[in-house]
Amino acid sequence: MNLDLLPLALADGFSYAGLLFLVALGLTLIFGVMGILNVAHGAMYAFGGYAAASLVQAIVNRGGEVPSVVLVLALFVAAIVVGVVLGCLLEIGLLRRVQDKDPVLQLLITFGAFLILDDVQLLIWGGTPYSASEITGRLGTIELFGATFTAYQLVFIPLVALLAYGTLQYFLRYTRVGRQVVAVTHNAEVATALGIHAKRIRLVTFIVGAILGALGGALSVPNTSLVPGVGTDMIVLSFSVVATAGLGQITGALIAALMIGMARSLAVYTFPEFEVVVPYLIMVLVLLIRPYGLFTVAQARKI
Amino acid sequence: MIAGILSVIGAAICLVFGLIFPWMKVPIIVGLCYGLAALGVAVLMRAGQVSFGHAMYSCIAGYTVAFFARAYPALDGLLLVAAGVVAAVVAGAIIGLFVVRYREIFFGMLNLALSMVLYSVLGKFYEITGGTDGLRLERPPFAGFHFDRSGYETALLVTALLASLVLGALVQRYFGSAAGEALAGIKTNETRLEYLGMSARRILWSGYMISAALCGLAGALVVLLQGLVTPELGYWVRSGEFVFIAILGGSAHALGAFIGAVVFQVIQLVGTMLLAGTWKMLLGATLILVILVAPTGITGVLPIKRWGKSREPKISLQPIAGER
Repeated sequence: MNLDLLPLALADGFSYAGLLFLVALGLTLIFGVMGILNVAHGAMYAFGGYAAASLVQAIVNRGGEVPSVVLVLALFVAAIVVGVVLGCLLEIGLLRRVQDKDPVLQLLITFGAFLILDDVQLLIWGGTPYSASEITGRLGTIELFGATFTAYQLVFIPLVALLAYGTLQYFLRYTRVGRQVVAVTHNAEVATALGIHAKRIRLVTFIVGAILGALGGALSVPNTSLVPGVGTDMIVLSFSVVATAGLGQITGALIAALMIGMARSLAVYTFPEFEVVVPYLIMVLVLLIRPYGLFTVAQARKI
Repeated sequence: MIAGILSVIGAAICLVFGLIFPWMKVPIIVGLCYGLAALGVAVLMRAGQVSFGHAMYSCIAGYTVAFFARAYPALDGLLLVAAGVVAAVVAGAIIGLFVVRYREIFFGMLNLALSMVLYSVLGKFYEITGGTDGLRLERPPFAGFHFDRSGYETALLVTALLASLVLGALVQRYFGSAAGEALAGIKTNETRLEYLGMSARRILWSGYMISAALCGLAGALVVLLQGLVTPELGYWVRSGEFVFIAILGGSAHALGAFIGAVVFQVIQLVGTMLLAGTWKMLLGATLILVILVAPTGITGVLPIKRWGKSREPKISLQPIAGER
């Protein structure tokens, strides 16, 4: 590989890892607390992305001078609206009913929901690609190692990802609701006995996770275009991050997302045929050596 | 016994309809292939494991058929099918060594990830696989005869029907055998199974190869029917459809997969008429409904499970309360 491309590849990987981490964080949080692998998480990503692109386009099309801050805020607003609406719908409408069922049946329920949402998305936004490249242009560029990067890609996305990580850690450790979430994760029955409203905690967690997934989608539209099928790719990709890290591991997901994001972008610049395969190869290699992920703590076997 | 008679009657109806209405041959063969593949997924569901990537075995068998048919155009169709199934079983044996170490979510998603790898590799290496356009193959001789199109389809129909009947019966035998009961034991309580001196991994591995063979057979037949193989054959949507049919039919009886396939095709027909390109919505809604109302599927609800000898394992030996 041409060494001049290395910084470019690393910067791409860095920004991609940021997006990947946001989505994987939502997935792993929901799994950690509820024990459900939410396949519909891919739909959150797609809906977040499409909604954000539509909102930004609507604002731009209104004409007049729009400050960049408004456009960036629009991304977050779209993600939060999508996360809250879809999150409530799924949790209250479906997941609550199958709480005591087999994990595989729970997964299948979210898979059914994903099939429905995938087609709803096709009905609303059709098959044409959507993007919101206005934002990238407005945030300017940065010169680094003789190459030009967009500030959006190099600074903004990683910053949001780290901020999300920091906020979530603070939330889980130092806030009242966050501590309750941790308690429910450890043992829902005991937590309920101690007076924690486990049902509400589950709903809150699911919504937070859904918002994170939608945010990943919303932040992707300024520098990529969305096409149908993007949700599927993202769910499998973010699962490979979460599985590499170990299900439910938040800090692990950060490291795994960096690993997979970087490796994927290096592959894009060296062996583009293998771009899609690299994340899975990493996951398979890690799981061969550590069957339940890199950062999973050993658990006692219950007979 | 009753289920066996029902199966034979069903097969006879399929054959009669196929012969009277020639346009029905193709949908019936496709439906039987769906049934065979779903039967493969149902074998693993006996062990409580759901694979979201089994279309990769249809795909592997399909490409093997295409490669051989293009390299040796005189090769008999039945031999091509055999080659496809062997390739699927070999692939299943190798991949199985890896995936049988995992359960439930990991098992399902690892299969999915591997099938996505295969799907994208097939799409990228244009020189060998024809990329997303896939590979075409000429109609091969079948069972020693050079058929015209109609005769070829009839021959495939008869083959698919016979294969479904025989394999359905064999799988039902397998469910009732010691190995099959042990497979169901993985779902009930794996630790106790190990205490009985059996290796859960080895049992699941043999089940995995059986399921790969069934999915491979389905893929090989479909490719022979269409004269074309594309990576779409191994796309996750196919795997999802197999799981859907298997869940719908239930794993209490081998007949379930074929009943599920019929229901699936009806849903597909109605769905495409009503919703055109977005008919998968109907699939999702049905899946949710089935899981909420009848998680054991059609054969789990109908008294069909009392007709055969073997039964769905009773879940009385649940892990001690408090887990998960």
